[in-house]
Amino acid sequence: MRFGVVRFPGSNCDDDAYHVVANVLAERGSTGAIIWHKDHSIGDVDALIIPGGFSYGDYLRAGAIAAHAPIMAAVKEFAAAGGPVLGICNGFQVLCESGLLEGALVRNHSLRFVCKDIHVVVEGRPTPFTQAIPAGRHIRMSIAHAEGCYTHADVARLEKEGRVIFRYCTAEGEVTPEANPNGSVANIAGVCNAAGNVVGLMPHPERACEALLGRGGEDGRMLFQSALAWQQGTPARVGG
Amino acid sequence: MKAKVYVTLKAGVLDPQGQAVSHTLGRLGFEEVKDVRIGKYVELELDETDEARARERITEMCKQLIANTVIEDFRIETVAG
Repeated sequence: MRFGVVRFPGSNCDDDAYHVVANVLAERGSTGAIIWHKDHSIGDVDALIIPGGFSYGDYLRAGAIAAHAPIMAAVKEFAAAGGPVLGICNGFQVLCESGLLEGALVRNHSLRFVCKDIHVVVEGRPTPFTQAIPAGRHIRMSIAHAEGCYTHADVARLEKEGRVIFRYCTAEGEVTPEANPNGSVANIAGVCNAAGNVVGLMPHPERACEALLGRGGEDGRMLFQSALAWQQGTPARVGG
Repeated sequence: MKAKVYVTLKAGVLDPQGQAVSHTLGRLGFEEVKDVRIGKYVELELDETDEARARERITEMCKQLIANTVIEDFRIETVAG
């Protein structure tokens, strides 16, 4: 499975994401390609990653300029055809600004840039990036953002449609106000589109794929392994 | 023609920046301040003389880029000359 990682000016998690799909998971049949924001074609890839960072310096609003970059027409076409798209942190903001995901990400309630390990519980409808993760499983990843407060005008509908995919929780898996690092409505850390193929989340799975890197462990691998299993069409359970 | 665009957070969307400014103004003795909302101000210079057409185009600009209508409202003022 070939993952394309879109690189905007100001992306800074592009190489981390590329490293995971091209090296860390290589023996599982994963490869990667970097896609330049000025390109008009995504080339021959099976999935797309919109990485974290500060695309275009977060000018106007986080993700607002990147959402109109030349490559985005091809990204939208790929998403409309059912291609798996994962937006991480700034990538989540880009997907919301581009209309591929609903809602918006605004300034953290604390007004601070929050950088720490958090836990999220995996739930909602199956998506390529979560279908192999047992529902209710809680995983540890890090966050690093100032505009991660998710807001949506009709959260009840989103919940009913099973489109809340990640929710901030305690280390024990309980969804509590204290576990919410940024004021997101209903502790929402990640959502998907109506079809389920486009997923966005504020935490960084690509930073939690190797035990060597910090205390986050390897929980982030589950998202990429889930996508690999989805592509291969093999029933799988990851992180069990 | 010149135009001014005011982008503000919709009523319902929490404005932590506004709250912080409001609290600080209270601490400075401006106790009459009940609420503060912070927005953006954008100046545009257009190669256009027809006001109606300018407004129509700026509305489109706001919807597509200048404002995020999920969370923000916008108001347009045009200035002849």
